[in-house]
Amino acid sequence: MPVEPPIELPRTLAEAYALLAAEPLTPIAGGTDLMVQITGELGPPPDRMLDLSRLDELRGVALDGGTLVLGARTTFAEIRRSALIREHLPALVEAAATIGAAQIQNRATIGGNAVNASPAGDSLPILLAADAALVAGGAGGERDIAATEFWTAYRTTALAPGELLLRIRIPVVTGREVRFRKVGTRRAQAISKVVMALAWHDGGPAARWTNVRLALGSVADRPIRATATEAVLENAAPVAETADRAAATLAAEIHPIDDVRSTADYRRVVAARVLHRLIRDAGGW
Amino acid sequence: MTAFRFLVNGEPVEVDVPGMRRLLDVLREDLGLTGTKEGCGEGECGACTVILDGQVVDACLVPICQVDGGFVRTVEGLAHGPGEARRLDELQAAFLETGGAQCGICTPGMLMAARAYLDAGGGPDEGAIREAIAGNLCRCTGYTKIVEAIELAAGGGR
Repeated sequence: MPVEPPIELPRTLAEAYALLAAEPLTPIAGGTDLMVQITGELGPPPDRMLDLSRLDELRGVALDGGTLVLGARTTFAEIRRSALIREHLPALVEAAATIGAAQIQNRATIGGNAVNASPAGDSLPILLAADAALVAGGAGGERDIAATEFWTAYRTTALAPGELLLRIRIPVVTGREVRFRKVGTRRAQAISKVVMALAWHDGGPAARWTNVRLALGSVADRPIRATATEAVLENAAPVAETADRAAATLAAEIHPIDDVRSTADYRRVVAARVLHRLIRDAGGW
Repeated sequence: MTAFRFLVNGEPVEVDVPGMRRLLDVLREDLGLTGTKEGCGEGECGACTVILDGQVVDACLVPICQVDGGFVRTVEGLAHGPGEARRLDELQAAFLETGGAQCGICTPGMLMAARAYLDAGGGPDEGAIREAIAGNLCRCTGYTKIVEAIELAAGGGR
């Protein structure tokens, strides 16, 4: 039987901060990652826990000026249903539909995906490609952490002791396009072998791309931006020659590993192919 | 230990257990409702699927402290009617009709996933049905008869 660590049940964020300031606690949101860890098969189970399910301050999706704001406890099912996200960041809705299956999407949260910090987290490349800011809060106040600064090492985030991830802020940019592609063994219940998000500013037909962002998961110890490949795509038109150069640059830029799910070679080849295909689809050739 | 109160198949229950006990274990061990099965214990197989507050979830991944005040439906709650007049619901009848069960271990989870799909207005659309049960693995049937059963219950022909 799995262990049953003691768990605190705060009713307000202030209560949660006070508990976290007093001792190290592992927060639990939807539990789809943490409830696997309590079996003890993946490593030592958490010692003491903090339930987030009563904290309404962590829920909700809103448009705040030009920024999409998602509470950390927003589930992937809620993301799929959200009219705001469908309108302003449909790639995130697409990503949410690839996560697990209905049973997982109804419980798993975007905040949990970020804080669990798996290198294969499916929503994380979108946060990187869309220039998201992750808002951390604690007894000392709130602060924004850019997505590019959030994942600092393997399964490690920039959250300080006593801090919770409160919400994720994603700028809504007119003319920005975002594309998402996940490659896994199956269409559901699959951890990705390669997961990619590509964003650019679309200046119209035959225009060159600007503000290009290319983010990938499952090819490093954390989700990454492929900045050398971004440089190839910046100010380039989405034609075959660009796609060929970008794909080759990406294959050289990433250094994936062999693991239980895939090999380094497969990841390099497939990442390059997926990028090539995304550019081709965008370019309409 | 804390007391957690919630509804199971419409009946109020109270359990005095650690907050991190899995809903699956509360159902099977504390409440004696063994219809919900454990297949993998890690949210991959769907054998433990129940409906919590109207949504399908894997009971092996839900800590009981998060069920407080909630409404759980399990396979035991599908059949309706009192005592001698108890009848299988149309999904259960359809599974019998099409032969949608072999060993039966996935069946409670399949029924609950299908129940939630139909309750949300799902129809006899094979693609939508397959997506609705994408979180439920079956090692015996190859899924065909299961999909046919759900189509039948959704009002589709055989």
